[in-house]
Amino acid sequence: MSADAVAAAPPPGFFSRLADSEEWLPRILLAPAILYIVASVGGPFIAALVYGLTDVSISSTAVHFVGLANFRSVIEDPGFHRALRNTLFLAFVSQGLVIVLASTLAIALQRDFRGKWWVRLLILLPWVAPISLGSIGWLWMLDSIYSVLTWMLRWAHFLGPWDRVAWLGRPNLAMGSIIGVQVWRTLPLATVILLGGLSSIPQDIHDQAEIDGARFWRHLLQITVPLVLPIQLVAILFGFVFATTDMIVVWVLTRGGPYDTTQVLASMAFFRGIDGGDLAGGAAIALFLFPVLAIAAVVLLRVARRTEVT
Amino acid sequence: MAIVETKALRKEWGDHTAVDGVDLAVREGEFLVLLGPSGCGKTTLLRMIAGLEKQTAGDIVIGNRIVNALPPRERKIAMVFQSYALYPHLTVAKNISFPLRAQGMPRAQIGPAVEKAAAMFGIERLLHRKPRQLSGGERQRVALARAMVREPDVFLLDEPLSNLDAKLRTSARDELQQFQRKLGTTTIYVTHDQIEAMGLGDRIAVMSKGKIRQLGPPQEVYNEPADTFVAGFLGSPPMNFFKRGDLLIGMRPEDLLPRSAYSGGGGDKLVTVKFRVGRIENLGADNLLYGSLTDLAPKERFIIDVPSAINFPVEPGKDYDFVIKASDVKFFDAESGVRTSPKPFWEKS
Repeated sequence: MSADAVAAAPPPGFFSRLADSEEWLPRILLAPAILYIVASVGGPFIAALVYGLTDVSISSTAVHFVGLANFRSVIEDPGFHRALRNTLFLAFVSQGLVIVLASTLAIALQRDFRGKWWVRLLILLPWVAPISLGSIGWLWMLDSIYSVLTWMLRWAHFLGPWDRVAWLGRPNLAMGSIIGVQVWRTLPLATVILLGGLSSIPQDIHDQAEIDGARFWRHLLQITVPLVLPIQLVAILFGFVFATTDMIVVWVLTRGGPYDTTQVLASMAFFRGIDGGDLAGGAAIALFLFPVLAIAAVVLLRVARRTEVT
Repeated sequence: MAIVETKALRKEWGDHTAVDGVDLAVREGEFLVLLGPSGCGKTTLLRMIAGLEKQTAGDIVIGNRIVNALPPRERKIAMVFQSYALYPHLTVAKNISFPLRAQGMPRAQIGPAVEKAAAMFGIERLLHRKPRQLSGGERQRVALARAMVREPDVFLLDEPLSNLDAKLRTSARDELQQFQRKLGTTTIYVTHDQIEAMGLGDRIAVMSKGKIRQLGPPQEVYNEPADTFVAGFLGSPPMNFFKRGDLLIGMRPEDLLPRSAYSGGGGDKLVTVKFRVGRIENLGADNLLYGSLTDLAPKERFIIDVPSAINFPVEPGKDYDFVIKASDVKFFDAESGVRTSPKPFWEKS
């Protein structure tokens, strides 16, 4: 090779230098996502923090700093206590059911059987459907006159031919219905996450447990569950956050009724802040769960990392 | 007495036959190696004996019981996997005690049993560690300790040395054989590594395409191969073959010696061949000569392995005379590959 061929490499253009830059390329690629999150989550969050400390309302022209007065009045409000209880009840009961059902489904779906692909697709469908449309579908199914559930119970002779059920009109039934819809909604994601966790366990481990003489329950509780626990905790975290912050199911099905028995913090914040115009009060309610959820997230993620096995 | 026996054992996956009518009798206390290339069905055979795979047809007998319908835990076997399959979330002590706890052994007996197993493999100081804190060799010992702790009738080992680096593998092989001799437990060992098979096995079963091609002590399988597959699979570099009439002639590279270096004696009948050297590979302990036999098979590639201890300078492109004992020349049917009786081509008829 001649000497001038060695010297003649042309300097790279601006874009190829950028594409090769370990310093700038990651920043540029991350920037859109960060901007989007700041604009759609960070902005409103800071606005809520500011609103919570003032007396702002939809009609106010002057805004005054009021300290923690909004939070104090919210805490003294018996309606808030009920909504807090409802939120926690809904979250714990629905996620408890989801853990049991998702584990069962995931273990069943791990086996090979005919039509497995279709069953997996069907189970994922509730997750693919928009929450609002799914909830409206449930609103019709839970209608006091035309409910298909009532019709099926009559057909199976659990109800008399003229009996009706006010699924959303009685406090316990309404809460039960909302829990049911919430479970229906979060089950697919939890199942898919668990399925991923299960299939990450090498087959050798299962074979070894079988050789070592472990029967079903020992195998499940001493081998399978501890090994999927880190991933299961992530699924629980997601489900818990969804269940405590979601207002669409409540809003569509009951609007918090009857008599506020299904009111949750998210729906209460919406009714007070947006429908009622008390932006400051709504913001105080909406922010109330933030520290609780943040602590829960940190704790769960720490536990997940500690139990991480490989 | 045979402790493990398979009778006309078959396994089919759809159209594919993984194990094709295997009859195998493993004697009590013996170290039997299943040797074959990957995909020959050796691991499937082992998994069927373990009960992890259900056979399509045939019977499995372990200790005079037909165990076809029994789950693995009732077959009195222990298995060590290639990956060791240690439970990653349990300490070494819990890993070793797992089979005992699953068996329902009283708590008071578990501790001493674990300590005994750990002492045997020299891993007492690792008992409180998790598998991820262990080296490859330590993991292998833990897996072996877990396998022997409940004193099974049969050990099933699936390539337990292949995850170790080359140096460690040699010492682990030696240790493994010592443990087996000490315990006297019948062992079936699967490997694709002929050196492991030759070094470890009391007997070797060479498998290909789901069938056992030959079963016998290592020296017998090596020196008296039943067919061209066994002859070609064992030995490195592999046996040289060339066609002559309707026969295949086989000569192992290390069985040929330079005529000038042959000390004679023993009264063996010798066959002389003319070899043209093409390329020389110096491997330190051995020199590999690549070339062809100019008189017998000028077109076939032929390899001769000359130990470096023999001072025999060669140059590429030149012809040399080599000798081989007549009894070391093997004859196979060219069509079926099966060993046939010798038909000495060097005796003019």
